Amino acid sequence: MNEEKNSNHLAQARARLEGPDAPRFWQSVEELANTKLFRNFLENEFPANAESDRKTFSVDRREVLKLAAASAAIASMSACTKLPTEKIVPYAHPPEEIIPGRPLFYATSFPHHGVSTGVLVESHMGRPTKIEGNPEHPGSQGGTSVFMQASILDMYDPDRSQAVLHEGRVSTWADFTAAMGFIPTGARLRILTGTVTSPTLAWQIENLLKKFPQAKWHQWDPSGGQNVREGARLAFGRPVQTVYRFDQADVILSLDADFLVNGSGYVRHSRDFARRRDLAAGPSSRLNRLYVAESMLTSTGAVADHRLALRSSDIDDLVRRLAAAAGVAVPPSANASAKIPSGWVSTVLRDLNAHPGASIVVAGEHQPPLVHALAHAINEKLGNVGKTVIYTEPLEARPVDQLDSLGDLVGDLKSGQAELLLVLGGNPVYNAPADFEFESALHDAIAANTLKLFIHSGLYNDETSEYAHWHVPATHYLESWSDGRAYDGTVGILQPLIAPLYDSHSAHEMIALFTGDSGTSPHDMVRSYWQSQRPERGKAFEDFWETSLHDGLMARSALPAIAVPVRADFVSQGGSQTASDPNQLEVVFRPDPAVDDGEYANNGWLQETPRPITRFTWDNAALMSPATAEQHNLSSGSYVMLRLGGRTVQAGVFVVPGHADNSVTLHLGYGRRRSGQVGTGPGFNAYLLRTSRAPWIARGLEIESTGKTYSFATVQFQYTIDVAGHPADEESVNAFNRHRDLVRIATMEEFRKNPDFARNPELEPDQSIYPQIPYDSYRWGMSIDLNRCIGCNACLTACVAENNIATVGKDQVARGRMMHWIRIDTYFQGGLENPTAYFEPTPCMQCENAPCEYVCPVGATTHSSEGLNDMVYNRCVGTRYCSNNCPYKVRRFNFYLFSDYTTPSLYGVRNPNVTVRSRGVMEKCTYCVQRINAAKIRAEEENRTVRDGEIVTACQAACPTEAIIFGDINDPGSRVSRLKAQSRNYGLLEDLNTRPRTTYLARVLNPNPEMTG
Amino acid sequence: MAQIFHRSTNVIARASIYGAVVFIAVLTIALYEIALSPWYTGQHMKLQQPVPFSHRHHAGELGIDCRYCHTSVENSSFAGVPPTQTCMSCHSQIWTNASMLEPVRTSYRDDTSLEWQRVNALPEFVYFDHSIHVSKGIGCTSCHGQIADMPLTQSAGTLYMSWCLDCHRAPEQNIRPTGEVFNPYYQQPSYTHPVQHEGVHYTDQVALGRKLMAEYKIQPLKTLQSCSTCHR
Repeated sequence: MNEEKNSNHLAQARARLEGPDAPRFWQSVEELANTKLFRNFLENEFPANAESDRKTFSVDRREVLKLAAASAAIASMSACTKLPTEKIVPYAHPPEEIIPGRPLFYATSFPHHGVSTGVLVESHMGRPTKIEGNPEHPGSQGGTSVFMQASILDMYDPDRSQAVLHEGRVSTWADFTAAMGFIPTGARLRILTGTVTSPTLAWQIENLLKKFPQAKWHQWDPSGGQNVREGARLAFGRPVQTVYRFDQADVILSLDADFLVNGSGYVRHSRDFARRRDLAAGPSSRLNRLYVAESMLTSTGAVADHRLALRSSDIDDLVRRLAAAAGVAVPPSANASAKIPSGWVSTVLRDLNAHPGASIVVAGEHQPPLVHALAHAINEKLGNVGKTVIYTEPLEARPVDQLDSLGDLVGDLKSGQAELLLVLGGNPVYNAPADFEFESALHDAIAANTLKLFIHSGLYNDETSEYAHWHVPATHYLESWSDGRAYDGTVGILQPLIAPLYDSHSAHEMIALFTGDSGTSPHDMVRSYWQSQRPERGKAFEDFWETSLHDGLMARSALPAIAVPVRADFVSQGGSQTASDPNQLEVVFRPDPAVDDGEYANNGWLQETPRPITRFTWDNAALMSPATAEQHNLSSGSYVMLRLGGRTVQAGVFVVPGHADNSVTLHLGYGRRRSGQVGTGPGFNAYLLRTSRAPWIARGLEIESTGKTYSFATVQFQYTIDVAGHPADEESVNAFNRHRDLVRIATMEEFRKNPDFARNPELEPDQSIYPQIPYDSYRWGMSIDLNRCIGCNACLTACVAENNIATVGKDQVARGRMMHWIRIDTYFQGGLENPTAYFEPTPCMQCENAPCEYVCPVGATTHSSEGLNDMVYNRCVGTRYCSNNCPYKVRRFNFYLFSDYTTPSLYGVRNPNVTVRSRGVMEKCTYCVQRINAAKIRAEEENRTVRDGEIVTACQAACPTEAIIFGDINDPGSRVSRLKAQSRNYGLLEDLNTRPRTTYLARVLNPNPEMTG
Repeated sequence: MAQIFHRSTNVIARASIYGAVVFIAVLTIALYEIALSPWYTGQHMKLQQPVPFSHRHHAGELGIDCRYCHTSVENSSFAGVPPTQTCMSCHSQIWTNASMLEPVRTSYRDDTSLEWQRVNALPEFVYFDHSIHVSKGIGCTSCHGQIADMPLTQSAGTLYMSWCLDCHRAPEQNIRPTGEVFNPYYQQPSYTHPVQHEGVHYTDQVALGRKLMAEYKIQPLKTLQSCSTCHR
């Protein structure tokens, strides 16, 4: 992708934005600079193919005839396959409840950084295939996230560790348990876990600690809420859990907090937030207002009404100014920032003060503890505590300072105090702070024989298990019994959907080996723990247990609110500040939006998920603003050496519009050395720069160009809808296109003045030459509310899981051959420095006058009686005319055999109701026709019509903000009809008279009229 | 100039032109016949099964209802092949020592599945649903043929798309009252065998079919023929 010199693209882009033909919306720097690469992607449906064909092929007439004859022969021969005789293998003794052909749903909980969120898992004949949200669970209310959706693939991952290893050789669980029997209770045992909220596991570990008086329990979660916990400890003198009620907040200020896609309770936060962006009441609706100050442009920043691009380390200054103005006694920051516009703080504070008890100030997970403490103090001053901000006891069984905790462990390893180390589910060799030198401490302790036994339990045979004397495969959460707490403390039971695929064992079983309960099954451990905790006895407990399992949560188990006053002297406790040179380059570490802290590195679905805003796949990058890149003479694709405090790492540069200047964001979770076929290799390891002194934000980064280049597989300038087309007359078309915007926006004020701002009668199509098709029964349609979408990718991942969509790999993505059926188009408005971003999920429009259907020579894409553009894979011969004729560029072609037909474990994850596509076949969004048919069959058998809301597409079900609604638009009372009747409703390129069934609700921003600039 | 080819080669040339036409015609007919042959379609082919189960004996002579074994036919896409337990509910009492049933007893004893050869196989891109067909008056025998007369089970149709579409284009030709769906001896109405439905005697299948299509709210024909009805 670096065919042309792209260093001056930024300058060209800037010139274009300032010039007379500045586009109202743009997607990428490449688009603005109108690069050759961009034009290629815009004008060719599959540019890589067209280009490579031209280069490698010089075909003459005879060759064409030969090839045509050969392909005809091969095609007719391939049609002659005789169906092989299959076998039917019924049960000998049928299990209860299973009806072959019908899925069952079970409730369980998805653990993520210690916080568990309720899910419902679809199971086909005992084989889990799809994760859905649990509508009754407070942590999600039915919404999901990318991680939840993709977690099912991890269970079937062929690279999972499959056998107990002793000194690297295959052993057995029996041998392992026998070896553990010799451990004396006086042993200096060290246990390292992640953040533990599981009451049963914590109780087991406490029992172990009683039995082994010399033992210690350490916790380390590289990207969990360490600073959140320490911030609360600073403010209140004790750790507490903060529960935010975004549905109750009129004004929200986010201090570098990506609270919609990160941190505890993020799924619920999205849902609550979106509820306050609802415009069902039209211009009289009351929207909330979101202010965001952040360095990297995130999903939360993109949906903000006012976004301030501010370095993460300058947030300290911002929060101090705000706190001081709000009446908290706090000295000004030693590092005053010149980037905070005068009046910003006072305007925001006025707005916050105007909504006492109905506002929220929330600090980002990676902000230092003092920022969190000041946010708590401001919330208290604003009267939010108990209303929008609720404090409860912490979720963690033992809320320790995890940096200290891991530091202690390293100290013990170095001093020889640790005799036995049991790592449960972590990967500290990869993700411990660099200055701890965990790997060498571990290596030396083993070499010196002070660490006599090192046991590692994990899903993968990873960087840490490489050193282990014993490695025990851990169970996936879908294979094990456990429990955990949701963000508000609600207890959820994890119940297995399937017996462990391999010889794997859960943390409960590992601990039980030491406490002497090894004969007990994990189910009995969890159950007997709750039996000892609950007041119910006998039958009453049975009922309680069954109900909790069925519902996926224990009713009324949320932690009660507690009153905790902010300490008077917390600012002085927060440590002193040292002034640093304001021109120093800052580095911010954040968990990757797709592979998180590296836990999901081997998940192909997540690797191939385009990250919000940057929209590259399979990589992390040194993310920086256009100005910073120019200042260092860099551009997207430069390969640089990053140096911080004597530590170095090499990374590719990616320029992000809207990133704060003088700041570089690095996503964790990449550069894995021992992960698997998918996770080993891509990206660079940002942990190598991350120290315990500055685990999230550090100043003093140096960048040095290596002179090399790096290519990213970004989809941001792929599948660009060509709004301009090929005009005959530039002048008139420019005027015309102004009304043809793909995203339509207004402020609340404009919306009140003109509720029909999204409509454009000028563009309403004339009569069609095709006869109007009558739709007498159902008429399926979809409405996507741009005011609710947060660009989190949950819909995309859900679609991959539901529709057996293949993963293609970085190289194919770069060629424009990604297979996703829905994409999150991201548009920018305004300059490169701080543009407003808009997300637009784009599935197939299911046009009533579908351009694709008219051009298929073999009738492989046809119009159903209900208006679906059916795609018939078995008819498709791969001419790709349909996708060439699709103005929305939503069709995807299998250039190779992308679906994995050979790995047996991956057969399990497939949805049996959707065909697995082979090579040479076109595919696209079907509106989840398998779900439509299932609901229709159910309805017809009951002699009724399909009820509104009975059919939920995978993307709709996954959406945490309920932005996607599907239904019958022939029914005027259906939810989708009512949404489409709103004045904000518009279709893409409606003037082409395609009559798209998927339409959008225009976005309405709610800026503060008092805010200037 | 002397002729290169002798006159007789004209005959060969003509013969090869006509021969080619004939050859292509024969080839086409042959391929067509092969495509429709039982060898290729599996129609009327008897497969080697672990136990020579007879539908004629069980469904015909003994009159066991289809749903006794095919339990999920009314509420799932898959009709269900009975678990060994279902066989043993009778065969633990009768024919307990029959050597023919040894595989069934072994399966029950060892909890290992019997492996039946699939008789009615559809390609994987076809999603047939039993429950909707039986609930809308398509009888078992409509597709599976005279099952009660089959000592060994065989496929009654080609299971080709054209075969499915014959009915999807004209369901009135096959639809029967839902009460008769599981009757293996049901006969379509005729003057000799009129069918009574709601007090009316029908002697003509089309008349009955039209009446039932309206009564059962059969989807419009264009929906029945939409690709996504069966392919997804």
